[in-house]
Amino acid sequence: MRLSCPICGTRDVREFYYQGAAVMLVRPAPDAGEAAWDAYLHLRENPAGDLEELWSHDGGCGAWLKVTRNTVTHEVKKAVLATEVKR
Amino acid sequence: MAELKAKTPLDDFAPMTVGTVTLEETDLGILTSVAPFRDRAKAVADRVKDGHGIAWPANGRATGKDGARAIWFGRDMVLVAGPTPDPGLAHDAAVTDQSDAWTAVTLSGADAEDVLARLVPMDLSVATFKRGHTARTQIQHMNGSVTRVGADRFLILVFRSMAGTLLHDLQRAMESVAARG
Repeated sequence: MRLSCPICGTRDVREFYYQGAAVMLVRPAPDAGEAAWDAYLHLRENPAGDLEELWSHDGGCGAWLKVTRNTVTHEVKKAVLATEVKR
Repeated sequence: MAELKAKTPLDDFAPMTVGTVTLEETDLGILTSVAPFRDRAKAVADRVKDGHGIAWPANGRATGKDGARAIWFGRDMVLVAGPTPDPGLAHDAAVTDQSDAWTAVTLSGADAEDVLARLVPMDLSVATFKRGHTARTQIQHMNGSVTRVGADRFLILVFRSMAGTLLHDLQRAMESVAARG
């Protein structure tokens, strides 16, 4: 599997570290309540299909990426810098 | 006062040639990582250009020549190798001395590309990785930096603590490429 880093170009998966679903980018407000925080910390979708994930290019430029990957075919459809998602 | 001599990461390793490929330790001089603060990249680039005569490199590029290089070193970071950094840089960037933190070697020769092809998980052929191109990538299992500094010359940097492993991995790859004739 290869991932397309927006900074480095297409690179082998062994340069990357997998963090999981990209929910960390949508942190609830401090007063969002127990249910929202419980879901944020513990509950994950498990789709057979496209999933947004966080990968770190730690064997390369060091950037965090938001990657859209198909969990069935492992096709990598999109990768953007996590910093650009935040702003 | 006793005269103290700095030990290089590979302890003054003598150049080694296997087949057509030569491996030698490289003294890059003072290494400084320069990471511009937000929206200050232009000011930092100008200061490096004016103070050290080295153009600020774009992503995946290295500028300058032996003795004074600027090597792209990751997201929003450049490694200045050689000159003593302009103290004024600290006004616009995080400036960190890295001189003793990296092992630097030069791999050269006709088959240098083939040797690296066994260790680095990216295409380093001259069609895509020309002189002045650089990459943060892996050398076997080590995170490092690879720069093409000449037609068949590569500058390779890994953490200083990995010096022995780098030597071991490169030597094995050089021997297996040479054995194929």
